[in-house]
Amino acid sequence: MKVWLWRLASLGLLALIVAGWAEIAALKLLPPLFLPSPSRAGFAVINGFMRGGLLAKFEGTLAHMSMGWLVASLIGTALGALIGSSARARAYIGPTLEFLRPLPASAVIPVAISIFGLTPAMAVGVIAFGSIWPMLLATVHGFAHVEPRLLEVGRALHMSRLAVALKIAFPSALPDILAGMRLGLTVALILSVVCEMIAGLDGLGSWELLAARGYRSPDIFAGVMLLGAVGLCANAALSIIETQALRWRQ
Amino acid sequence: MRGLVLPLLLIGLAEIGARLHGASDVLAPPSAVGVALIEALRDGSLALATRDTLIAAFGGLAAGAMSGLALGVVLGLSRPLDRLMALPLELLRPIPSVAVIPVALVALGFGYRLEIVIVGFACIWPMLILTRAAVADVEPKLLEVARILRLTPFATVTKIVVPAALPRIFVAFRLAAGVALIVAVTVEIAVNPQGLGAALMTAGQALRPDLTLACLVWVGIVGFALNQLLLGVEARLFRLGPTR
Repeated sequence: MKVWLWRLASLGLLALIVAGWAEIAALKLLPPLFLPSPSRAGFAVINGFMRGGLLAKFEGTLAHMSMGWLVASLIGTALGALIGSSARARAYIGPTLEFLRPLPASAVIPVAISIFGLTPAMAVGVIAFGSIWPMLLATVHGFAHVEPRLLEVGRALHMSRLAVALKIAFPSALPDILAGMRLGLTVALILSVVCEMIAGLDGLGSWELLAARGYRSPDIFAGVMLLGAVGLCANAALSIIETQALRWRQ
Repeated sequence: MRGLVLPLLLIGLAEIGARLHGASDVLAPPSAVGVALIEALRDGSLALATRDTLIAAFGGLAAGAMSGLALGVVLGLSRPLDRLMALPLELLRPIPSVAVIPVALVALGFGYRLEIVIVGFACIWPMLILTRAAVADVEPKLLEVARILRLTPFATVTKIVVPAALPRIFVAFRLAAGVALIVAVTVEIAVNPQGLGAALMTAGQALRPDLTLACLVWVGIVGFALNQLLLGVEARLFRLGPTR
């Protein structure tokens, strides 16, 4: 009950902030060219969806993000499982991964452009490359830190290596994997926007940049709000999946 | 040393593959990349670009980390304020930092300021969230001591809360520094015509794969060095041993 009251108060504060924003815009404390009023930004969203082709951009960003992320999830988990379940593979491959991890994923964009050109395939490749790291490292960690007694049970039951990986290691690594996937999704959204900006691919990134070139600030704010909404919803969806998938652990 | 086997093997294979394939506009053999890297380092262009990127990254890091720290301390100490701010922060946080680029671009134009603002926006979040958690976990007895000593709120924060939470705050700072470099390079690649990101883009557009890959390797080295430096400082200051 009390939680809801606090939620309501927080909503009140949010309304206050938006009202302050509207007031600043109305008094023209900041040039309207930079700061549109909240209502103009809101109308820009509606207008964009009704006739500005914003829906196509929105779908484009969603498509880039989820494609790259799915590719990264599949490869990252599979590769992570292989590396994580063998101590020898970890010794050989681990240091390389540690060196590559802090590399800004966007830095591979110029290389990816010269390989793939300004195509959606380039975007998917870059997004997959960038968002694979959190998942890969989390999966390696999860598979490397399975409770040793569980592995002994597997040996006592004469389970095959595949069965051990699927029935024992994977479920016990699942919390790590899901946490990595969540981090990866944030990276995927950022990289989608960057790729769209550079390559002019259909998406919210290029929409925002075009709006900036035309000094249409309501449209820029519309893009920012939509991208925030995408991030929020994607994160919420994954945390629901996380609680569902990990229910057996309690 | 077993960690070196894989990179050396890959580099060797890339060299052989590139030699067999012949000249290419897309990829270059590692030896050519090495030559280009040394050349770019010698003529000072890479040093200049690195300086621009680091100025923007550290400027943004300073701004973002300070605001994140201040907000984190306040929200960590005051539960009601934390709950009040919950919704606005939850709505702001998922906005990808790069989505703000066009907003800042219209208002500020190209240059350091644009980059500093975006980097700052990105650095607030790790700092804010981890500091808030660290401050909220400060031993309550320490706060009681502060109350008994009748410390002013400011003195309580500077003498009790921040020192007690410092090891975790430093971890947050290290993460934020990594974010700062990544975001700085990203902003340069996306729009801002300066620094390492722009050097990468220019080399790519000039169809110089050796120079492009050399810049990429250099960005990796800079990021790795920054991370190692901060890990070293952390181990020195807090005697924690290397955490990841």
